[in-house]
Amino acid sequence: MITFLLRRLVLLIPTLIGVAIVTFFLIRVMPGDPVVVKLRADGAAVTQETIDAERKRLGLDKPISAQFVDYMVGLSRGDLGNSLWTGQPVLKEIAIRFPVSLQVAIMATIIALLISIPLGILSAVYRDTWIDYVVRILAVSGLAIPSFWLGMLMIMALLAWKNWLPPIGYVSFFQDPIANLQVTIMPALSVGYRYAAISTRMMRSALLEVLREDYIRTARAKGLFQSLVVRRHALRNALLPVVTVVGLEFAFLIGGLVVTEQVFNLNGIGKLFVDATTRGDFNLIQGLVLLIAVIFILVNLMVDLLYGVLDPRIRVS
Amino acid sequence: MKSLFKTEYAVALALGMLVAAPTAEAQTPKKGGILNFAVVAEPPTNDCHATTTFATLHPVRPHYNGLLKFAGDVNTKVEIKGDLAQSFQVSPDGLTYTFKLHPNVKFHNGTSFSSADIKATYERIINPPAGIVSARKALHADITAIDTPDATTVVFKLKAPNASMLNNFASPFNCVYSSAKLMEDPKYPEKDPMGTGPFVYSNYVRGSTWESKRFDAYFETGKPYLDGYKAIFVKANAVVPGIQGGQFDVEFRGRTPKERDQLVDAMKDQVTVLEGPWTTSLLLTFNTKKKPFDDIRVRQALSMAVDRWGGSTPLSKISMLKFVGGLTRTGSEWALPEAELTAIPGYGKDAAKAREEAKKLLAAAGVTNLKVKLVNRNIAEPYTPGGIFVVSEWKKIGVETEHLQLENKSYFDAQSTGEFDATLEFISDFVDDPSQQFVKFYSASKSPVNMSGAEDPELDALFAKQATTLDPVERRKITHAFEKRALTQSYSMMLYWWQRIVVMNKRVKGWELHASHFTGQDLSNVWLDQ
Repeated sequence: MITFLLRRLVLLIPTLIGVAIVTFFLIRVMPGDPVVVKLRADGAAVTQETIDAERKRLGLDKPISAQFVDYMVGLSRGDLGNSLWTGQPVLKEIAIRFPVSLQVAIMATIIALLISIPLGILSAVYRDTWIDYVVRILAVSGLAIPSFWLGMLMIMALLAWKNWLPPIGYVSFFQDPIANLQVTIMPALSVGYRYAAISTRMMRSALLEVLREDYIRTARAKGLFQSLVVRRHALRNALLPVVTVVGLEFAFLIGGLVVTEQVFNLNGIGKLFVDATTRGDFNLIQGLVLLIAVIFILVNLMVDLLYGVLDPRIRVS
Repeated sequence: MKSLFKTEYAVALALGMLVAAPTAEAQTPKKGGILNFAVVAEPPTNDCHATTTFATLHPVRPHYNGLLKFAGDVNTKVEIKGDLAQSFQVSPDGLTYTFKLHPNVKFHNGTSFSSADIKATYERIINPPAGIVSARKALHADITAIDTPDATTVVFKLKAPNASMLNNFASPFNCVYSSAKLMEDPKYPEKDPMGTGPFVYSNYVRGSTWESKRFDAYFETGKPYLDGYKAIFVKANAVVPGIQGGQFDVEFRGRTPKERDQLVDAMKDQVTVLEGPWTTSLLLTFNTKKKPFDDIRVRQALSMAVDRWGGSTPLSKISMLKFVGGLTRTGSEWALPEAELTAIPGYGKDAAKAREEAKKLLAAAGVTNLKVKLVNRNIAEPYTPGGIFVVSEWKKIGVETEHLQLENKSYFDAQSTGEFDATLEFISDFVDDPSQQFVKFYSASKSPVNMSGAEDPELDALFAKQATTLDPVERRKITHAFEKRALTQSYSMMLYWWQRIVVMNKRVKGWELHASHFTGQDLSNVWLDQ
């Protein structure tokens, strides 16, 4: 197990180097000068001298090859460079936003699991009954309704009925749990519903498949209760594809809540990504892509480890 | 100007909302409270000297003072007043500016302010040290010496008369920094904003909020009124629900008519609406390096096809676009009189006649089936309605348009590489000053922001002449000549000047609407009626 873990962690390094190289050159192929955007976007008639001075200050006057060497040397020391927009270290910019996105992702995952596992089981066990139909309608609705739109509806409902909106500004859960939940619960619910819909459908189809297996028929033939058959024999195997989906979705949520974060004014990674792209903030984009790559790799690793926990055959192989 | 204000008032009453006239502010200010306001962009820097955006000024400017400032409401009169300067004097030849400074002014760290701080500040703007960017270095290039005969006197010497110099001294971007702190670290304003302003910086969470508290030792007795303020960085679409839901009281840059109506519908008399003209314009520039836009007849035809006067009313209901004008803001002291403006091809009021003339001009130029690649920004307001308006107007003379709305980086890239036939541009200045507002229109070889590529020595000469003419009447004659020449040549065509609409919670008092969203943001007069 430890060898497996170490091997996967070591593989992280070439993967990240590859991601860094591709990202570095791809974003520089895109047209446009971030300094012009920075200084002229608000209509100012700044001189070429000013633009050149800013480019020099940011190191953008150097040849691409020199910029690449600087970047890779910095990366080897764990330095992702400074944001071209704010001048602050990229790691600092990310560190401010990461807890927000991480918390919303964790809360959405908890909400999704709390909804999807029982509903998926019910839907599969009571297949083609009214229970199944209701669950399926809920699940299809969850897939059809974009999270950001659901979020907008929630905001409008709050405004219409209470003339109130949650405060802006993230406060740590450990500092002030109520203020923290006021800010994060609505985005977590709006994202969690879609997430639950995906997981419910996966849970249902996986369980239906498992329930058709021979060993389930054998268990039933032994006279076991349905609940025991599902809980003890079917559920573990049916959870494997659900774990995969949940893992991928969790990784996606950390960097992918682009619109939802804007709807709820959340100062998270998704919003930062959009801002960085709009401004052409090369260093920040590179840092964020690397972060998301690391998250996907680590989440995949955790999913692989969970497979082993759920199914001993995988652990052995 | 007076009639403008009356029109706004009538519109406001018809909508059933309260438009706060400056005279309505004659209440006794109350002390206390935190003002929460939204900023719809994030500061790229905290250094006033390096920035070009309101996103820095709105949260940062209340920590500082300038030498001079603009004061007054746009619908009555905005004028230059002393800020840290108690009084000022300009020599008859316009080469010496003497400022007498307020005594007993303190910086937030308790040190005393003196003329040395003004000298250090302006030297930083004129000759920024290594690693510092000064975005307005060129505006102050005429300053040759800064003398400080005593602690409360500062004298600026110029190499040539500069008609815009007082405006430049009143620039909201010229925050006065501490010379002692600058000597310790020239980058201190970026890291730890500290000035003599009415509010002391306390905290900044990037992407989220900027907080400050009252400076108790502020030199203006009794001010500021607020205990502090909190700037909240949000996307534009969050402003209306944010004000309605009580997350913040106001967004100072300006909202659309639709957003104003939404807020008035929802909050009725709990909001105050301030409206007026905006020193920001939307114009269309032709690429004169490309055929057939190198032909004045084609440019004039395309300008004449656009019925600015007919489009003004409908556009002003759905967008920020409103006032028909020339290169200087409609209603400003520099504006071309309407009679002179309407005599210029494309700016007349008879649209049908102008379009017939436009078709003849295109025919005379031998241009048929013209298709124009129009490069625009992918920002909805007011670029999308502005672009669509032009497309529909050109269609009326048989011109087809490929309307490309590009994100910021590609938009500016297309302009600088000349990858366009025509492009929608905007000008946004802190003051109505021809030397700033004409920068896009003199020869491209001299102007870094002239996207038309045109070379026009006549405009260059007029620009240079107006810049050094101190007599306003004489200067106005020259600027009118410049405008008429530039608009007739149609390298660029002015579409509309914007309207500025600020909607605020009724409890916010004492804030004055300026024609620029860059000025009037020190918040020293703002108070909360609570």
